[in-house]
Amino acid sequence: MAAEGKTIDALSQFELVPVLGPIGRAVGFSQSNAHMLLAVGLITLLFVYGMRHRAIIPGRLQSAAEMLYEFVEGVVVGQVGHEGRRYFPFVFALFMFVLFGNMLGLLPYAFTYTSHIAVTFGLAILVFLVTTVVALALHGRKFFGYFFPEGAPLWLAPIIIPVEVVSYISRPVSLSIRLFANMVAGHVMLKVFATFIVLIGSLGAVGIFGAALPLAVNVALIGFEILVAFLQAYVFAILTSIYLHDAVHLH
Amino acid sequence: MTRLPLAPFWTACALALLLSQAPASAQHVTAPAPTGRVQTNAPLPGQQGESVPVQADSDRARAVLEANRTAAEYQHAAREAADAGGMPQLDFANPLTIAQVIWLFVIFGLLVFLAAHYLLPPVAEVLETRRNRIAADLDAARDARAGAEAAEAGQRDSTARARAEAQASIAAAAAAAQADAAKRGEALAERLNAQITEAETRIGAARDAAMGALREAAADAAGALVQRLAGIDDKAAVDAAVARELAARNMGAA
Repeated sequence: MAAEGKTIDALSQFELVPVLGPIGRAVGFSQSNAHMLLAVGLITLLFVYGMRHRAIIPGRLQSAAEMLYEFVEGVVVGQVGHEGRRYFPFVFALFMFVLFGNMLGLLPYAFTYTSHIAVTFGLAILVFLVTTVVALALHGRKFFGYFFPEGAPLWLAPIIIPVEVVSYISRPVSLSIRLFANMVAGHVMLKVFATFIVLIGSLGAVGIFGAALPLAVNVALIGFEILVAFLQAYVFAILTSIYLHDAVHLH
Repeated sequence: MTRLPLAPFWTACALALLLSQAPASAQHVTAPAPTGRVQTNAPLPGQQGESVPVQADSDRARAVLEANRTAAEYQHAAREAADAGGMPQLDFANPLTIAQVIWLFVIFGLLVFLAAHYLLPPVAEVLETRRNRIAADLDAARDARAGAEAAEAGQRDSTARARAEAQASIAAAAAAAQADAAKRGEALAERLNAQITEAETRIGAARDAAMGALREAAADAAGALVQRLAGIDDKAAVDAAVARELAARNMGAA
């Protein structure tokens, strides 16, 4: 797929293909969704298998599970405060889902569902809906005061309110495009340099040595991608927490 | 803080790559309209033969429906989009693009449900148990330290008491010894005084006796002298004279 007829095809890795035969085709179940299911399965496995002893002194897997738990808990409680504990499972699921999506995508032959704008936008819209519903449920009509800060001069309202509304509505856009762009860019770079390895390597004995350079670049890129995978999951979780903070406290 | 600084650079890279594929797409006359539903009667280039099997007439209707969703259709649509220079992510003609979002909500909802009810409570429980255990152990350690301190204080107390008792008994013994010594000294002094007095009495008596004898001898000698010289034998007068003379010398009285 990488090099078809000596051209660089960096985008076909993002193509959606139905899986599970005719049933999958009938319900539109693509390999993207299969990877989502795999991620959920792995997360469940980590927590169910890792926590099976419920030991006071944790083993390796239990340590990993507890570390992830405490990390996300720290993010949520640190941003939202103790009222935010109610939303902890939601933010935790978001963080794990994005983290595992990013990490799984780095495996050969795997598909990165977070490289699809539809998926990241779907998640971002979910965050947007949840935060808005939480804000409305907690504050009722006072929530709309969020768009006009108290104490601002009234004649500024025609400027402030549209700006605030646009910035509020653009949240899911920036949230989804950030993750999507990071993932796509990383995977395109990986694929391009992987193609270079194959193309240069096919030039014979000289080419084998020449291919070492893009190979080294790809090794470095993989390390960088692991960092980005974690960082973007963290960013997604912490932005969600900040939005939840705004929803709970209104500024 | 949240935005990766390299993200714009990457996005630029991705865009550059997209643009670099644009000349390839220009060779195609027109990209087919992204309808998402490809007519089964219209031949799919190079793929029709292998992916649409020959069906019996009775299954014709079902086959048509089925064929609308063959793998060939998806791959064809994807290929068209890729040839057109678009990203597969933006190929909304592909029904899978939207279908995956529906599945996303189902699967993500499942994850939230699992996390809230099955994955997170055990972790919270373990962390809580550990916190309690550590707190209890710290309490026990604090108690043990307090006990040790109390024991040490008791020990210090009893040491001080023992020392005080020892000192008291030493003082008592010393006082008793002193009293004893004083008593013995007193008795000794008394006895010595008695002996002194007795000795003095004896000396006095001896002297008296000696003085008595002296007086007699003096009177005898004086009488004899007077008789020899004057021939007077007046014993009484001599005695009186001797007594007077002795008294004058403060010896006769003793």
